[in-house]
Amino acid sequence: MSVSSPPTVADAPTPHVKPQADHSDTAKTVVQRIADLRAWLFLLALILGFEIWARTAFSGTFILNPFNLQSIAIFAVAPLLLAIGQTYVIISGGIDLSMGFIMGLAAVVAAHVINGLTPGIGMPAAVMAGFVAAVLVASVPGIINGLLVSRLRVPPFIGTLGMFGVARGVAFLLAGGTTVPISNSFFAYLGNGRFLNVPIIVWITAAFVLIMHYVLSQTRFGQHNYAIGANVQAARRAGIDIKRHLLRLYILSACCAGLAGVLYSARFNAGAAQAGEPLLLDCVAAVVIGGASLFGGSGTILGTVAGAFVIAVIQYGLVFVNVEPFWQFISVGVVIIISVLIDQAQRRFSGGRVDE
Amino acid sequence: MSEAVQPLLEVQNLSKHFGAVRALSDFSMQIRPGEVVALAGDNGAGKTTLIKAISGVYKPTAGEIRLKGEPVSFSTPQEARDKGIETIYQDLALADNLTIGGNIFLGREPMRRILGVLPVLDRPKMAQAARETMALLDFHVSRMEAPVSNFSGGQRQAVAIGRAVYWNAQILIMDEPTAALGVPEQRKVISLIHQLKAQGRGVIFISHNLQDIFAVSDRIVVLRRGVTAGERKISETTHDEVVKLMVGG
Repeated sequence: MSVSSPPTVADAPTPHVKPQADHSDTAKTVVQRIADLRAWLFLLALILGFEIWARTAFSGTFILNPFNLQSIAIFAVAPLLLAIGQTYVIISGGIDLSMGFIMGLAAVVAAHVINGLTPGIGMPAAVMAGFVAAVLVASVPGIINGLLVSRLRVPPFIGTLGMFGVARGVAFLLAGGTTVPISNSFFAYLGNGRFLNVPIIVWITAAFVLIMHYVLSQTRFGQHNYAIGANVQAARRAGIDIKRHLLRLYILSACCAGLAGVLYSARFNAGAAQAGEPLLLDCVAAVVIGGASLFGGSGTILGTVAGAFVIAVIQYGLVFVNVEPFWQFISVGVVIIISVLIDQAQRRFSGGRVDE
Repeated sequence: MSEAVQPLLEVQNLSKHFGAVRALSDFSMQIRPGEVVALAGDNGAGKTTLIKAISGVYKPTAGEIRLKGEPVSFSTPQEARDKGIETIYQDLALADNLTIGGNIFLGREPMRRILGVLPVLDRPKMAQAARETMALLDFHVSRMEAPVSNFSGGQRQAVAIGRAVYWNAQILIMDEPTAALGVPEQRKVISLIHQLKAQGRGVIFISHNLQDIFAVSDRIVVLRRGVTAGERKISETTHDEVVKLMVGG
């Protein structure tokens, strides 16, 4: 009687399973590689465009002028530092809206601490103390963000929006509603000096970016961050401590904002509560242009670097070619939209998951 | 003959009540090495409650679970996993953006040191382990650096099984492993289960698909409203009999 069971599947005791779907695999890989590099291609196209514009309109050069390069790099420092932290958070499937004002808070704290300590312990020591104090203070809203998101399960958008307001208010209160000027020439040198003809703050940022790239791509923390962004359930079942990871994650993004605040106050020789106000959306834009998905699970530091430079080149380049500054907003907006469209097209093409 | 072999897993008089609801009453079964036991039953028959009790998600109200003769009691799924009971969930529990190796080692990633100092993820080791594990399942995947979202449903199912195999799971609980797959993919999963059987592991196989059950199982246990409606050797039963046991007739 058992023979009567339909033999379709049963007849294949070990149906030799061939590797499947390899014909389209190489095409997929190529498309993915190109899509991964799209921010760099964007950047290249932009630079070429401005170069041609500069040559035809006033027979100058855009990118070959070292002054322009330096200006763009300095311009990119703060949004890039925020975007690095934001990249981690967005890969995990969250978002940190409080970064801009955490940056302002750190700038104000650095200014006060450096001013207060310089007469007592000398300039370099005061700068070190101010740096440490600013990052420590910045990590407090990060801890609160992390606890809200991980323990109390507040959606990151709302939790960090709340902290956006709190950090903003505290920063303005500490600053007394104004900008706090700093009198410490060593700090001013850090913010505006050069080493090997490259601004010191650019060196610091580059070193930090390398470290953060290493952490994201080569450590367990980075690997778990990707896993959590793709499938929290899977990560939890694999034994990853999600709560601890999220807490660390929001502390990390806050510390990035803290570093951005310190470098800002070094560059302008002053701490301002509104230092990071216009940078929040820029940093999210840099991450998205860099190839990260707001749904989590994808993104790289190298992509974000390109994304931040795309924005910096647009903003600086339009000023350079004498276009009304309001075109910046339009161009950055258009680039964001194009970037997301490419991302979606690539997902569809490579057969990635469309939804959960 | 096979009665002489010590069972891998014995479930004895297991009950799980949720308040007044008796989701599972006085249930007993056993699995020997290299045996595939199918669990069948209509929705709400108690299959899910049973596997959750075995895999440490629920604490049973009464009864005993013995692993290789030793009584065990799990308070978390992690404890069950550490003892070699692995559940392959329907939603696969894979991180789609990671490689096969990345998924196998998720949460327990191996590290190596560059120049003796800088610790980095040991991707070559992960890829190597992934390749060997997948070959063990007779699954030959060429691109170890691709994220698993690039693979088909059957291949992804194989990755989930591969992870359990790599970490030396002795008992695999598979909840509807073929439900979301096309026919060729279903065959692959069936052949995977044959591989697990040949390696002497025990498999609890939950399915609505009688063809699959008859293709792969040694025994079938039918649940109805939380109690055993019948237990048959596959070689001694028919589709009709199983269906009757399921609906009660």
